[in-house]
Amino acid sequence: MNIVTLALRMLLREWRAGELRVLMLAVMIAVAGLASVNAFTARMQLALSQESNRLLGADLVLASDHAPPPALAQAAQQRGLSTVQTAQFPSMVSTDAGSNLAEIKAVSNGYPLRGKLHIADSLFGKDRVTSDIPRPGTVWLEARLANALKLKPNDTVQVGYSRLKVAAILTNEPDRGGDFFNLAPRLMMNASDVAATGLITVGSRINYRLLIAGDTNAINAYRKVLASQLQRGQRLLTVRDARPEIRDVLDKAERYLGLAVLLAALLAAVAILLSARHFLRRHLDACALLRCFGASQRTIVMLYALQIAVLGLLAAVAGMALGYAGQAVLAAMLGRMAHLDLPPAAVLPFLQAALAGLVLLAGFSLPTLFMLRRTPALRILRRDVAAFDAVGAATYVAGLAAMTALLLWQVRDVPLTLMVLAELAATLLATALLAWGLVLAAGWLGARSSGSWRQGLLNLRRRAGGSVIQVAAFTLGMLALLLLTVVRGDLLANWHASLPAMAPNRFVINIQPDQAASLQDFLRRHDLSGAKLYPMVRGRLTAINGREVDSARYADQQTRHLLDREFNLSYADRLDADTDFVAGGGWHGDHPGPQFSVEQGIADRLHLKLGDTMQFDVGGTPVSARITSLRKVNWDSFRVNFFVVGNTDLLRNTSASYITSFYLPPAKVSVLNDMVRAYPNLTVIDVSAILQTVQDMLERVSAAVQFVFVFSLASGLVVLYAALAATRDERALETALWRVLGARHRQLWLAQVTEFAAIGMLAGMLAAAGASAIGWGLSSEVFKLPYHFNPLLWLIAIGAGGVGVAAAGVLGLRGISRLPPLVTLRDI
Amino acid sequence: MHVVNLAKQVPVNGAALTILHPTSFDIQRGESVAIVGASGSGKSTLLGLLAGLDQPSTGEVWLAGKSLAALDEDGRAALRGELIGFVFQSFQLLPMLTALENVMLPLELSGASDARKRAQRWLERVGLADRQQHRAQQLSGGEQQRVAIARAFAVDPALLLADEPTGNLDAETGARVIELLFELNREQGTTLVLVTHDTELAARCGRRLSLHAGHLESGV
Repeated sequence: MNIVTLALRMLLREWRAGELRVLMLAVMIAVAGLASVNAFTARMQLALSQESNRLLGADLVLASDHAPPPALAQAAQQRGLSTVQTAQFPSMVSTDAGSNLAEIKAVSNGYPLRGKLHIADSLFGKDRVTSDIPRPGTVWLEARLANALKLKPNDTVQVGYSRLKVAAILTNEPDRGGDFFNLAPRLMMNASDVAATGLITVGSRINYRLLIAGDTNAINAYRKVLASQLQRGQRLLTVRDARPEIRDVLDKAERYLGLAVLLAALLAAVAILLSARHFLRRHLDACALLRCFGASQRTIVMLYALQIAVLGLLAAVAGMALGYAGQAVLAAMLGRMAHLDLPPAAVLPFLQAALAGLVLLAGFSLPTLFMLRRTPALRILRRDVAAFDAVGAATYVAGLAAMTALLLWQVRDVPLTLMVLAELAATLLATALLAWGLVLAAGWLGARSSGSWRQGLLNLRRRAGGSVIQVAAFTLGMLALLLLTVVRGDLLANWHASLPAMAPNRFVINIQPDQAASLQDFLRRHDLSGAKLYPMVRGRLTAINGREVDSARYADQQTRHLLDREFNLSYADRLDADTDFVAGGGWHGDHPGPQFSVEQGIADRLHLKLGDTMQFDVGGTPVSARITSLRKVNWDSFRVNFFVVGNTDLLRNTSASYITSFYLPPAKVSVLNDMVRAYPNLTVIDVSAILQTVQDMLERVSAAVQFVFVFSLASGLVVLYAALAATRDERALETALWRVLGARHRQLWLAQVTEFAAIGMLAGMLAAAGASAIGWGLSSEVFKLPYHFNPLLWLIAIGAGGVGVAAAGVLGLRGISRLPPLVTLRDI
Repeated sequence: MHVVNLAKQVPVNGAALTILHPTSFDIQRGESVAIVGASGSGKSTLLGLLAGLDQPSTGEVWLAGKSLAALDEDGRAALRGELIGFVFQSFQLLPMLTALENVMLPLELSGASDARKRAQRWLERVGLADRQQHRAQQLSGGEQQRVAIARAFAVDPALLLADEPTGNLDAETGARVIELLFELNREQGTTLVLVTHDTELAARCGRRLSLHAGHLESGV
């Protein structure tokens, strides 16, 4: 008979006998968990990026200082993408009453490709969403320009050679972003009117943007094409480049979702490891018998490898189906809750999950299988012939390597994966050592106690090897569950805390020193207190360590762009109390010696380190100081943040204006009108749309993470089940023997409860230690959030571990203790 | 079968413990031989060596003109598959398989195309036609051993090795099983080597090899 046919027959027989249930379940849940989490997070990420792209007005933007060749737009259109071009330039605009610098944006039909424009019919009127753009011959103005020029709708404004009619007040444009502080107020006009203004001539500084939107794959493909053809003066923008707040929140969202995938994959791996080991252990005698019947080692390996492969494939297919259903349920629930339209699921995550399940199955079963083929046939005559030595760590090198590769591949976040794996390895090592010690201690305690307690505790000692493996398995399962529940809750709470509901949604700039006191008074009167004023000095970075800065020397286009503009510097005696210094230890701004504190991101970008000297040109005066500290800045906190802060003595005498930010409740919007009337020179920047986007993302990611983690919980439970199933036979035999020897039901019960509770509590304690360490690592290193120690975690872990494992263990053995002992003894 | 100077030692705490002292004997085709002796006398060790399940420390076993020592592990397994049938004290039926599937297994392994038919026929011969679809655990000890006998004879072995075939059975069931074993042995012309400490059972064999503390004392 063909070996494939024989393997299939054996598989069918084992399936009927129920032998494959645990392994099948483990692979199926693993694949289903991975598939649903992967597919769902992919959909979620796509939805988030589409959502955030509204702040760019497109999915992809080519910014250029010269008009992009029409061929680029045509090529995009041939790929099924939509395009629209804008041109932006500063120009003076005027009325009979005066003139003002405006940032003019010329747009054509279709703009914006993502997001919507908001306009109002009067200066302080209620705004509305519009799908239109200014009609030819008309313009839309930002309120502060209208204010400055005392314009209202239907007035006319001179733009270059043209006189254009003001048709509406522009209250929000999705891609207003960029550097708020460098921009003059907006005037939006129709692109067809630009030529007549005569403002675009040779040598004009025009910022052209080719906006592109459409299918994600087509966008990604075209992005690569564009990136390879970039000419000088051209750069590609994504929302991450345009808005650091969004970049931060997207990064964190991806990491939270990545963590969910990581834990799902990890639990899947452990479940498969335990059940593959259990399956192969149960087939030791069958292998010895096959050897007696004349099967060669190759035949045995082929027979079982084929069975495992077919089983894996079937489980993977079932897992993909279950995973599809799972992610559909997740998406439906989340879609309803977070009002987010998720794009359809892609096929790839399902195939990836199936492949991952098979790789894990192969990684954890093949090494054992190769040892199994060496089962001596003599075992059939003499049970004492040792056959199975698969506990040796070396056996699982292949499996662990497969798992690590899988995690790196699945999560694609090397620091996150390596950190979790390293802490996990440390936890497991500590678990093995501690568990060994504690098992010995339990034995010591057992020897000094009496009755069923004694037996329960001594059992731990008698099965020391098995107990340690079981404690390790429970620890791992519980650790993942703790990360899924308590630590995840803490992480999300910390994230929420970093972005309170009342985070500042308005920035006010251009506050003159003599207005500072009265403005603060104004804000206090309108209950907008708490708003702190920060001095803001504009300066161009001219030298680093005495060497002149030349932006052309930097390869990164963002860096070049940054160096070509002016920095916003500030000065202070003291920085905010929660400033997170990463180098230099602190800030002593009241010290007279010149010093700078620099944001870590910009320091990395410009290759700056502690002790380097930076020189700025501030209004023609060189200002130079050494860097004495580096700071982390949470851009998604929406507070006023500066890349570079100097000490007070250094910058006090430069010409500064002030900046502030505060939360303006929607009901108080009219206060702004009063403020602008009282202080016409102030510029109010409304970041509520961006803040809203960030807060929406946070809510949606939180909800998504909750749902995903609930799904991963199923994998955790399979791990615990597999860990219990692994020793079920041994315990069943022992229970039967105890019954034969006259043990009463209560004695048996107490001994089992004692042993299982001890295992559960040990595992709970170790899991709490591991989860605290990983939680701290994730919080401080990966998510960059402050970590708060949670003592409740330990109580929950030890309590729930003891009670849970005791209950599950006793329930699992309940059937056995009720069976007549002879039935059990014959079965095993 | 020729056995020449066969001996087995195992290391125990750094010293060599002799389980079987050098032993030589022949067994002719169609013969029935009982290996008898007390517990720990080396009976099962000898049986394991005869079947090529274990490696001797010294000496050789020649089976059907081939030296087991000259074969590697897979070669010995192939020879077993071709020539030897086994009956064990603890039956060794695979618990996840039915009676029929247990009998089919060695036939399938040897590549027999009519495994099911042959297995059914053998189960009928041992009187278990109506128990084919029962799993091992659902059968009594006597029934399990009859399935094991059907499994052993199904591959038409030239040599049947039985290790305490009645050791786990009550006297009455044991007697029925022995009756069946000898009856089939006669019909099939199989060489039978069985290990037992049951003197009655040993007496039914044509020859007895008596082991005492690893020494073959009689019947050579």
